[in-house]
Amino acid sequence: MIHTISVLGGRSRSGAPEAVERIDFRMGDVVSVVGPTGSGKTTLINDIELLAHANTPTGRRLLVNGAPAGPAQRDDPSRNPIALITQHTTFLSDLSVNDFLHTHARVRTNDASTVETTVQRTVAMANELTGEPVRIESRMTELSGGQTRALLIADATVICDTPIVLLDEVENAGIHRNRALELLRAHKKIFIFVTHDPHIALLSDYRLVMRDGGVAKVLHTDEAERSLSLLVAKLDHALSGLRERIRLGERLQADALEGLA
Amino acid sequence: MRLAVCAGPATTGKTSVLRQIVRRLCDAGTRAAFLKVDVQYADEDEAIAKEFGIPARKLYSGELCPDHCNVMVLGDALLWAHRSEATVLLVETAGLCLRCSPYVDYGLGLVVLEATSGMNLPLKVGPMLSLADVAVVTKVDRVSQAEREVFRARIQDVAPNVRIREVNALHGIGIDPLLDDLNAAPDLDVSQPGRPPALLLRGNPPVGTCTICVGKREIGWQSHFGVVRPLDNQVFYRGE
Repeated sequence: MIHTISVLGGRSRSGAPEAVERIDFRMGDVVSVVGPTGSGKTTLINDIELLAHANTPTGRRLLVNGAPAGPAQRDDPSRNPIALITQHTTFLSDLSVNDFLHTHARVRTNDASTVETTVQRTVAMANELTGEPVRIESRMTELSGGQTRALLIADATVICDTPIVLLDEVENAGIHRNRALELLRAHKKIFIFVTHDPHIALLSDYRLVMRDGGVAKVLHTDEAERSLSLLVAKLDHALSGLRERIRLGERLQADALEGLA
Repeated sequence: MRLAVCAGPATTGKTSVLRQIVRRLCDAGTRAAFLKVDVQYADEDEAIAKEFGIPARKLYSGELCPDHCNVMVLGDALLWAHRSEATVLLVETAGLCLRCSPYVDYGLGLVVLEATSGMNLPLKVGPMLSLADVAVVTKVDRVSQAEREVFRARIQDVAPNVRIREVNALHGIGIDPLLDDLNAAPDLDVSQPGRPPALLLRGNPPVGTCTICVGKREIGWQSHFGVVRPLDNQVFYRGE
């Protein structure tokens, strides 16, 4: 059983040692990674996903339960305890959704009799996240950006079912984001969100602030921020309401944002 | 002398993988030599010689099948590498033909496949994959993790005994295990001038005599002899 994943600091882009020397992620933690574009957010989660051991350009090292990961975890991605949901908005895989998910479910389980229901649960979850239903007979390459991200999230949660899930900018996914957060939080895992979204950042237990390729500091969400998160949630809800009505071709009324101030 | 023969479809990143291996060999103080076998154009040898200062050369196969050419020259190449004071020879082949494979019985066989190439590629490349020791999957950063895992499963379905190493050859991620694979290859005796070590090509070549190669132009298997095949006989060729 995994209870802790630790990141031991490497070098920032200038070659200086990373300011934060060690971060311990504990089971159940919800974490955000924030920082300007190009500050090293995606590189950090790639290091985590690769279970880096000073073999990536940053020189970071990962520990699982306090010890380096074994070669099996590192070399066989189907045993990797970490699922990474990337910013990819297209699949390159030239298989049908059905064949793809069956193959993936087969390599991720020891019990072949569960494959069919796992695939069905994955598609069902994807369809809760996207407005355009994913059909099992579609080809992977035909899926829209939203369908692709919805399927990636469902695949990571249901098929991989790993203790750690990394999500790269889920807010840009073209999916029902609040529904995604709700469905994900129902699973007790370590969630690490790369995000620019204040709502997701304030819902996190703490956030890693990136600068110049390194982790510059760790900010724990304090009481003031927690109470602010309620208002941010209302704002967010109101804005997604507006977005939905614009999408549906409706006119917006002046009172649409009343009661927020 | 340790030998690695590297094959794979065009543009999959064979040279990038070998360059990362050469860099690590240089760092460890091991002198490598590099040979590129290609049909009519290659400049990888010059780039590698310039970057690492190691003995590197190329050979154009011209009208000859490049894997055939490789069989002809590999013994000479081992002796050349020895004369050049190298203890490792890395051979990069053109990898154009999907019926035979360039690997030999006492050397490491590497096939380089790209994760972006489509899920049916492992089924298409035949003995180039199934007779290799290690399948190096490049460009893994270009696809989702789910696709990496499914691509891996497709390789394992066709070639269950081939070790799979996923790499990002541009940034050198995942390369280290390939050095372990190379160091585990047998140490060939190249100390006798003019007498290369006895090596055998792995698996069987696809045909003994090709009737088309000797000039028979008639269409239809009825006009040919040796290995013939009608339309309705679809066998999956594995090289043995």
